[in-house]
Amino acid sequence: MPPVLEVQGLVNRFGSQLVHDGLDMQVAQDEVFGIVGGSGAGKSVLLRTILGLQRPQAGVVRIEGLDITHMSPPQLRAVKARYGVSFQQGALYSGLTLLQNVQLPMVEHLELTAAALDELALLKIRLVGLPADAAAKYPAQLSGGMIKRAALARALSLDPSLLFLDEPTSGLDPVSAAAFDELVLYLQQHLRLTIVMITHDLDTIFRTCNRVGVIVDRRMESGTLASIVDNPHPWIQAYFHGERARARLGELHGA
Amino acid sequence: MFVEVARTGAHVELELTGEWRALQIADIEAALAAIGLQKGSAVRIGTQRLQALDLSGAWALREFLRRARGAGVEVSFSGAPPDQLRLLDEVEPGTDTPAAGATAAATLPEHSPWLTAIGRYAVRAGADMLEGLGFLGRVSVTFGRSLTSLRRLRPISIARHVYDTGLTAVPIVALIGFLISVIIAYMSAQQLRGLGADIYVVDLVAIGVLRELGVLLTSIIVAGRSGSAFAAELGSMKLNEEVDALTATGVDPFEVLVVPRLLGLAIALPLLTIIADLVGLAGGALLCRYLLDMPLSQYVHRVNYAISPSTFWVGLVKAPVFALLIGLAGCYRGMQVRDSARELGRLVTQAVVQAIFFVIFADALFAVFFMELDV
Repeated sequence: MPPVLEVQGLVNRFGSQLVHDGLDMQVAQDEVFGIVGGSGAGKSVLLRTILGLQRPQAGVVRIEGLDITHMSPPQLRAVKARYGVSFQQGALYSGLTLLQNVQLPMVEHLELTAAALDELALLKIRLVGLPADAAAKYPAQLSGGMIKRAALARALSLDPSLLFLDEPTSGLDPVSAAAFDELVLYLQQHLRLTIVMITHDLDTIFRTCNRVGVIVDRRMESGTLASIVDNPHPWIQAYFHGERARARLGELHGA
Repeated sequence: MFVEVARTGAHVELELTGEWRALQIADIEAALAAIGLQKGSAVRIGTQRLQALDLSGAWALREFLRRARGAGVEVSFSGAPPDQLRLLDEVEPGTDTPAAGATAAATLPEHSPWLTAIGRYAVRAGADMLEGLGFLGRVSVTFGRSLTSLRRLRPISIARHVYDTGLTAVPIVALIGFLISVIIAYMSAQQLRGLGADIYVVDLVAIGVLRELGVLLTSIIVAGRSGSAFAAELGSMKLNEEVDALTATGVDPFEVLVVPRLLGLAIALPLLTIIADLVGLAGGALLCRYLLDMPLSQYVHRVNYAISPSTFWVGLVKAPVFALLIGLAGCYRGMQVRDSARELGRLVTQAVVQAIFFVIFADALFAVFFMELDV
């Protein structure tokens, strides 16, 4: 089976600043792939390139085998209906209620009656563990944890098989973050999702990710969690063997 | 497509085929709706040839199952029912919860909808006026406190606003000043020529520009440029919680954001008015030279004769007042922004409209006032 997402030889440059220099990455079906990297390593630029928000200087990005870097806008639009994205700050449309936020992609891409729209959107809202009465609220009336869930509900509105999560648990308390990890796993298993997530949260990585890609020196080192942990690169060593990571490593080796 | 139907008597065999995905939901619903169901018949559903079933597809299938059972049809699956149906049941506990629209049930009694609208508008306008008064009071108090020390007056911030609202507006204001004199000169020349009173064109240009139009049109331009900028800047700072961050640091946002903007504008607008006046008079000279063949010396002489020092001052004294009105409208609306981008747009629009309205209204009051004073 071809990889769901494939990045080859990606080069991104802003002026004299080289962000990615021949970055390769592959995500297979049903994987949860974590992207890790220091601040300024180019995680967000990578995500923006994969989402087609900006064109790279060189390289290829294939989503389900289709190269999105050389696509016409209508083709790109069709591809965009096949994946869901949850942005770091939620990026919920502040002038719309939660229900309308979830419905917006459906209205754009599907032909549904108003009643069916309401039902399907409510279904997605309940699917991410939000109460039905949150549907009528505006984003400003939702708590931080609810916004993360709401963003996930909107990302799932077209039932994508590929889901991108940008820092899904940042800014959540540990209990909420753990609950969110469980939600992601639950959805991944039941909806057979392929998930690509950017995260700094070691707990999230150890709980949810099958494979991890670390952006170091403008390229990506990727592999299973166990193999990445043993990668000799100093940044990766510092990341996975720092004070915060030790307890988690014990679990990995113990298991 | 999506479902193959085979009927044997009262027995219906449905074979689901293809990919049941959200993107095809309309076709799937149509295919399901086309299946006729009679009471007492039995439906068997096969899912072996189904290639994909996502949550939206499962929802459509479940809707069909409900419809069938509601019509008294016995439904069964030839294999195990798809997992996705179980997921739907897990998500939706038992009974149907009411749709979101139904929760907003605070309906008003059905009087006249107009009356309700007028009443609501009046109450809102009243509350808005009170709030505006509170804003004005807070600005005044903050300004008074700022006067106690140079540091709290924020001279650097004021200078920045003089630059942003004043210096960068010079080209457009100069152009407007010139165009005003063109309009007055052409319009009056056409009327006065018939009477042989060409010379009064100069009077009209000089008095019109200095007394009224220079300051008025400059203020309207500035209301559009800076009134909107104030509202948008402060509004996005509110949305970004920057204003809260200032307050939490123990810094008064009125002292660092509102008062410097008002003072900056109060300095910049009179200066811009002087520029508009100068360009307007120069433009008048140019037009009289080519339109009326009037030499420059005669123009200058006539201007000297037509106006008194008070003509200039009557125009200029209005500028700081207009500046305060524009700045207050912009800052007030900006500080009202909360929650959403739509709110920001609404309040910026309101800021500009009100700033222009206040300027024209105040100008009308000034006209009456100066008439009574006989200046």
